[in-house]
Amino acid sequence: MSATLEVEAAPAVRKGGKTEIRRAFSSRVASFAIILLTILWTVPTFGLLVTSVRPGADVSKSGWWTIFEHPHFTWDNYHQVLFVGGFGVTGGIIPYLVNSLAITIPATLFSLVFASMAAYCLAWVKFKGSDVVFFTIFALQVIPLQLSLVPLLRLFNDGAHIGSVPIFPDLNLGGTLYQVWIPHTMFAMPLAIFLLHNFIAQLPRDLMEAARVDGANHFRIFRTIVLPLITPALASFAIFEFLWVWNDLLVALTFGGGSPKALPITGRLAQLVGQYGSRWQLLTAGAFVAMIIPLIVFFALQRYFVRGLLAGSVKG
Amino acid sequence: MLATAHQAVTTASTLTNSAGKIGQVIAVVAVFMAILLIVFFAAGRATGRFQRPLTITIFLGPALVLLLVGLVIPAIRTFYLSLHGAAVKNPSYVGFKNYRWAFTDGAEQQVLLNTLLWLIVAPVVATAIGLLIALGVDRMKSQAVVKSLIFMPMAISFVGASIIWKFVYDYRDPAEAQDGLLSQVVMALGWRHPPNWISSHPLNNFLLMVIMIWVETGFAMVILSAAIKAIPDDVIEAARVDGAYGFRLFRSVQIPMIRSTLVVVLTTVMIATLKIFDIVRTVTGGNFGTNTLSNDMYSKTFVEFNIGRGAALAVIIFVAVVPLLVYNIVQLRKERATR
Repeated sequence: MSATLEVEAAPAVRKGGKTEIRRAFSSRVASFAIILLTILWTVPTFGLLVTSVRPGADVSKSGWWTIFEHPHFTWDNYHQVLFVGGFGVTGGIIPYLVNSLAITIPATLFSLVFASMAAYCLAWVKFKGSDVVFFTIFALQVIPLQLSLVPLLRLFNDGAHIGSVPIFPDLNLGGTLYQVWIPHTMFAMPLAIFLLHNFIAQLPRDLMEAARVDGANHFRIFRTIVLPLITPALASFAIFEFLWVWNDLLVALTFGGGSPKALPITGRLAQLVGQYGSRWQLLTAGAFVAMIIPLIVFFALQRYFVRGLLAGSVKG
Repeated sequence: MLATAHQAVTTASTLTNSAGKIGQVIAVVAVFMAILLIVFFAAGRATGRFQRPLTITIFLGPALVLLLVGLVIPAIRTFYLSLHGAAVKNPSYVGFKNYRWAFTDGAEQQVLLNTLLWLIVAPVVATAIGLLIALGVDRMKSQAVVKSLIFMPMAISFVGASIIWKFVYDYRDPAEAQDGLLSQVVMALGWRHPPNWISSHPLNNFLLMVIMIWVETGFAMVILSAAIKAIPDDVIEAARVDGAYGFRLFRSVQIPMIRSTLVVVLTTVMIATLKIFDIVRTVTGGNFGTNTLSNDMYSKTFVEFNIGRGAALAVIIFVAVVPLLVYNIVQLRKERATR
């Protein structure tokens, strides 16, 4: 107790000295620089938001910042994008928001389940070569996913054969949600296993051994001890994966085949860029709608985010 | 049935359709969880010699199958394809011709140079700004606000980002009212005839990198800030007692303490940069001398259908990442050894 007091008191001795003045100054400069950066970082997105509530005629005439001189707002853009469509576009974007949810939630869940199982196995059910398996999985992060698109698409569409013997059936999944879930789950594996492994490996050894001594098998330990303890890590990876899948365009376009049944909001937005052309007030409203759900997810879970990442790969 | 419902674009059928889809998703998730629980329960009853192998298979099997089918086999196949010609069906063997083309063709050399520029500039700047904010924000009252705003671009899709940045880089005749923020600002500062940003080479490369930096800085900041917070307070206090403040504290205490995290962040952003495709694709489509390896690979494979060349470019990306990865693994092993 007294030791802490001493440590706290020590810097105070220098108060009033030159260093203190310089320090106060530098911290003020630093704060100013950070506020400036924050504004710089936010302005482009703010411009999007402003554009989305301006009438179309204004948007094509002048820059978004002129709204402060001539305030003129409207909600029509949102109404039109969400429910009406128009300009050759039938229907609003709500069905595509539903598609995005229907793609993102299962894909996130599947990758979390399979990755945490694998991570537990590599950390606590050690076997000969488990370290090699772990590092190989880590190394797979570098495979650009563009590289997998064609072979995987062929596998899904035609199955796999050796000669004429089928070793993998044609699943007939074309243009369905399943065909989008599976690749997302595959591509998430390396990073998910890596992050969760770091977290799971740090659980107290005594706890695991005590459970083993009590006769619990690995399935039970995983379900009743490991999963509850790694919730922060699961949450932080869930955010990552959610943002990643929600914002993905390439995988969804390739495997969903662009059919409205499985086209997510990002894909729809890319189509609208073509169809709405220069009607930027509608595109910006659509883009903002597409941003809202990931932003909500991020803000709702962000306190887990740092904690989960911190315990894993990040060490001082 | 779902398909026909979709074509009738009335609000009612859209709603039923959406409700049906959500129901379908919930059903799939429920069945998935049920199967998992049954497998866990059944396998948990196994005893004796088979227990251990069975446990390992169930825990590790699904992930390994996914990785094998999704990444390993396609990677090997791509290498095989890169040694073959352009044809989609039964291409002929051409040896290393595609690689020779990639390194000698004029347009491809520009692509390689651009990629190298991206690889150096974007990760370093993003990490540096992320680090500065992480250090500075530690003492500020409005920490949460600053961090959330800086991180926000991470939550925005590249399609959305390209729409956002359109309003920054857009070009109009200087005589008209501007709608691009950048032109407006430089004109206010006295530059009468700003260029058409997106088509002026080589400046446009850096303008595209700004978008990448805008996105990745939040990632760097969040992780570095976590690492800085993890430095024990007594270390900082001890350094202060020894007279280390401000920049000295930063350089001789904080930086060395978070070095391994810095390396992780830098390499992660580098890998992301090498694979980056959406920014170039959506803003310039690789025109005006802004093409990069991953965008070019996509064009060669899916637009020109020159499978062999596309595959060779993919392998080059892979080979370029390997040193970063080896370095990361060496670091990781060291860390594990000390644990």
